[in-house]
This record gives sequence, C-alpha cells and structure tokens, in this order.
Amino acid sequence: MVNLANPTAFLAVTRRALPWLALATAALFVVGLWAAFLAPPDYQQGETVKIMYIHVPAAWLSSFIYVVMTAASLGTLVWRHPLADAAQKAAAPLGAGFTFICLVTGSLWGKPMWGAYWVWDARLTSVLVLFILYLGLMALWRSIEDPGRAARAAAILTLVGCVNLPIIKFSVDWWNTLHQPASVFRLGGPTIAPELLWPLLTMALAFTLLFVVLHLMAIRNEILRRRLARLTMLAAAEGDALAHRFAARGSGA
Amino acid sequence: MSDIPHIGFIVAAYLVTAIAILAMIGAIVVDYRRLSRALSRLEAARKGGDAQ
Repeated sequence: MVNLANPTAFLAVTRRALPWLALATAALFVVGLWAAFLAPPDYQQGETVKIMYIHVPAAWLSSFIYVVMTAASLGTLVWRHPLADAAQKAAAPLGAGFTFICLVTGSLWGKPMWGAYWVWDARLTSVLVLFILYLGLMALWRSIEDPGRAARAAAILTLVGCVNLPIIKFSVDWWNTLHQPASVFRLGGPTIAPELLWPLLTMALAFTLLFVVLHLMAIRNEILRRRLARLTMLAAAEGDALAHRFAARGSGA
Repeated sequence: MSDIPHIGFIVAAYLVTAIAILAMIGAIVVDYRRLSRALSRLEAARKGGDAQ
C-alpha cells in the first residue's frame, strides 16, 4: 500500500497515473461531446438543451469540489493530514473555474428560455454566493504569509461556508424558484429521456475526471512550491552562516 | 446563418467553457514549469556551493 500522505510517494504515484487519467478524460470528452451533438432536441427546450450537457456537469462539480474542500478542511483541523491543506488550497481555483462555467452557461441558457440572463432566485443566488466563497478563499490563502495560519483560517472559512451546500441543493424545493427542480438525482428516478440522459452522464463523468486530473496536478504544484520555499530558506540560512564565517575570518577572530 | 434556433447562445456557451477549461489547464501547467525550473536552478546552485 502506497502511503499517499508522504509527499514524495504522492509525487511518484501522480507521475505514473496522470498520463493515463488525462488520456481517459480526453476519450470521455470525445465520446460525451459526440453523443451530446447526436442527441435529439428536447421537446420544450429544442436544441438549447445542448447547453445542459456542459451546464449541469459544471453545476454538479461546483458543489462537489466544495465537498472535497470541506473534507480536506477536516483533514487539516482534525487529523492534521500533511497533504490536506495542499488539497484544499489546490481545489479552490478549480471550484471557482467550474462555478464560473456553471453561472455563464446557465445565463446563456436562461436568455432564450426564460427571457433573462439573470434572475435573483434562490438557486442562482446561492450558486453566486458559492462563487464568491471560492474567490474569498483564494484571496485568504494569498493574504496570510504563514502557510500554517493560512491553512487553518481557510479551513475554518470553508467549514463555515459549507452551510451553503444544502441551501444550493434544496433551494428549488424550499422556495418558489424559476430554476427547475432536480431531474436526475431524485427519489423515483430520473425524469429525463434516456437519449438525453446518457450523453449528460458521460459528460458529467468527463468533467469529474478532468477535475481529478487538474486537482492532482495542482496538489503536485503545491508540494513543489513548499519544497522550493524550504530550499530557499535553507540556502539563505547557509548563506548567512557562510557570511558569518567570512566576517569572523576578516576580523581576525 | 444556421437554421438551428438560438445557435449563437449554444456556441457561446461551449466557447466560454472551452476557454475557461483551457485557462485552468494552462495556469497549472505554466505554474508547474516555473516551479520545476526554479527548483532545478536552486538545487544546481546548492550542489555548486557544496563542491566549492
């Protein structure tokens, strides 16, 4: 069993796994996009349903990434896992990216279907709050110099922000929203026709695998960044020691 | 122009998605190259310092 908590072991495993994962992601995207463009138009949305093949996976990922960050925050605060804060920090920009895709594609679907790019309904507003949370977490990481303090502060903010997840999920049930209720993951099974459902699930899998690949790459970057910081400090300390020796010789001590 | 209704919205949605995904990939790859270069330079400098 490989100990992934060890950064060196993690780097070795990702070096081997990343090319295969990237290849599988690309293949899934080819199949998913092919199936999406061959899928028939929806009886209400027409061809505009094609936007759903990217909007829905991005929306799922926007919440899923926050769940990953919440688990990583618990790993930082409770179990003090050595890679948990790196995983949390690496996921935030990806969460912001996929939430941005979700908001923009939803807006581009909303204009022809609802007649408006944006409405302040509970689902849209709670996803916008999620996007702002991601940006806030990225800003927090940059604003605190000490990585340990930054990790703890980001973990606490992430845990506070996770109350938004059930609000996003159940907003369409709790309030009267323009956004439609769940049509895939619901009691009683999906309400979507199989010809539209399969391309959607394939694209969802492709997006999820893309996140896994990008997250592993970003965690690898965090490990290298820490190694670089450690070596820079070591070099500075060695430089200081050398300077002291020269100074001592120069003064004849 | 295509006969597909709202084709502009569909193309725009796919374009924005492609640009956002490529930007995320690009940012991570550029960061990795920058870090790897800096690490190699630092390690080479330390080895050079040890040899002296």
